[in-house]
Amino acid sequence: MLTILFDGIAYGMLLFILACGLSVTLGLMNFINLAHGAFAMAGGYVAVVVVNKLGVPFYAALPIAFLAPALLGALLERTIYRPVYARSHLDQVLFTIGLVFMSVAAIDYVAGSQQVFIQIPPSLEGRFEVFGIGIGRYRLLIIVVCGLLAAGLQYGLANTRFGSRLRAAVDDPRTASGMGINVNAVFGVTFALGSGLAGLGGALGAEILGLDPQFPLKFMIYFLIVVAMGGTSSVTGPFLAAILLGIGDVAGKYYMPKLGAFVIYTIMIVVLLWRPQGLFSRTTSR
Amino acid sequence: MSGAAMQDLTAQVAYHLARRARWRGLEYVFWAAALASVFFLPAKHLILNEIAILALFALSLDLLIGYAGIISLGHAAYFGFGAYAAGLIAKHGLIGEPVLALLVTGLVVALLGFITSFLVLRGSDLTRIMITLGFSLILREVANRFAGLTGGADGLQGVTMAPLLGQFTFDIGGHVAYMYSLTVLFVMFLVARRIVYSPFGLSLRAVQGNALRAAAIGIGVNWRLVAIYTIAAAYAGIAGALLTQSTQFCSLDVFSFERSADLFVVLVLGGVGYLYGGLVGAVLFKITQDWLAGLTPQYWQFWVGLTLVIIVLVGTERLSGWLRAIRRLAFKGQG
Repeated sequence: MLTILFDGIAYGMLLFILACGLSVTLGLMNFINLAHGAFAMAGGYVAVVVVNKLGVPFYAALPIAFLAPALLGALLERTIYRPVYARSHLDQVLFTIGLVFMSVAAIDYVAGSQQVFIQIPPSLEGRFEVFGIGIGRYRLLIIVVCGLLAAGLQYGLANTRFGSRLRAAVDDPRTASGMGINVNAVFGVTFALGSGLAGLGGALGAEILGLDPQFPLKFMIYFLIVVAMGGTSSVTGPFLAAILLGIGDVAGKYYMPKLGAFVIYTIMIVVLLWRPQGLFSRTTSR
Repeated sequence: MSGAAMQDLTAQVAYHLARRARWRGLEYVFWAAALASVFFLPAKHLILNEIAILALFALSLDLLIGYAGIISLGHAAYFGFGAYAAGLIAKHGLIGEPVLALLVTGLVVALLGFITSFLVLRGSDLTRIMITLGFSLILREVANRFAGLTGGADGLQGVTMAPLLGQFTFDIGGHVAYMYSLTVLFVMFLVARRIVYSPFGLSLRAVQGNALRAAAIGIGVNWRLVAIYTIAAAYAGIAGALLTQSTQFCSLDVFSFERSADLFVVLVLGGVGYLYGGLVGAVLFKITQDWLAGLTPQYWQFWVGLTLVIIVLVGTERLSGWLRAIRRLAFKGQG
């Protein structure tokens, strides 16, 4: 029982890291980025290549899995994403679905369509027992890393200069730029950061979620659920939503394997109908 | 306003509506070409049948996006539901005659669309996208889990169709199937054309333009959206039913996200909001798919994606502007 809770929390933490970038793009720019999972997949594949092919240690591969998608994200944001910000939602959906299809086919072409596995160090394999709770070492690592990142994000958003600029840009881009904040640059950096975090999540999650070219399509709905349930106005909202979703999904698959996927989708639809602005969002609408 | 002036105004409005709804030269050409393909391309009837079904499906999404501004990422839900409904009706011999079965399927899917429309029409674009997407995934799971009824991952097998109208047996070359699908497409198109050029269609356009203002001038926004959503669901369901009837098989991929997403490509290729977009797009899409799949069987989705990205970057407004210019040239002299 508690083991399931533990696994669920690890899963939820992972979902949070994967999706928090999306909550920023959606909240900040009101931009529907269905291609967010593609950055996560990019991070995962980068990690697989550097660990398995180049023999880089697993821990050293994680920063690379962050940096590569972050750079890719910054580049794409600069070149092709920015013109689409001001477009209609239909255009944004079309554009990002297009990117998803391209990334799926490109990874398929480069790496093949089968699932790939990352070699994790032996010290992370297996599980140990604390007070009767089975704790997987790898999942513990995920919880520690993602927990630290979440705390860091919360601190960064609440207490740093960049954080306050970002919040200003969220609330009112026009006034923010009137106050001398370079809103475009803030957006660009945030986008890159979000893509990098997704990439890191993809690398960490390769072991648990599985990694194949269909990744962005398979998990798109999960990211959207996290963002929609968590609202887009804070870090804590998506965080709690991700944890809930993680626990719900793991428990659902364990106790009701026949109904596993229904539970999640049904919860999502009910939540969206009940509180279209998200479970944990401020009551004011954007 | 005096009675005479009012009457004058009514006459003017009626005149303009009739003028808008008039058949144009190019429309005759399009349907003549479709009819010609029945006689002159007998070897291509299988793929033409697929095109006709895709066109009907795209027409359904066009009614939603182009005329009501509702973005649905899970339109395959209704397509798939129609496909399975038609398959089950035929398999269990509930209704033997395909045309009647098609009508019944359409009604059943319309009912589903009507019920779900209330869920979908709440909230913003993002909420709609997610609810439609979630709904299609749920239906897919349902079809997957109730394997006893639907055959699960193996697909629905053992569907045998009775002869069409008791006369024409579905043949392996798809000749009967194509004529059937094309006829259904044409009839459904006529109905759609009637709908969008009616005052109801005009009021939908107003809602799409600005729902708040539309409500302010006395247009009931919500029930109009419910109505068009129900109609669009029925169209999608009938397209799905046609697929099952003409292939005598139906599998889980009728619900797939790719099917909903491909539909966007079809519409964007053909243009949104003038009814022929879905039809022209379906022709372009299937031909390109056929060609690209021949070149790179596995990776043709890459080119689909690239097309979407380029089209958006160039701008759909600009593209439709070019299209409008072309159409203006084509319809010159008719006003």
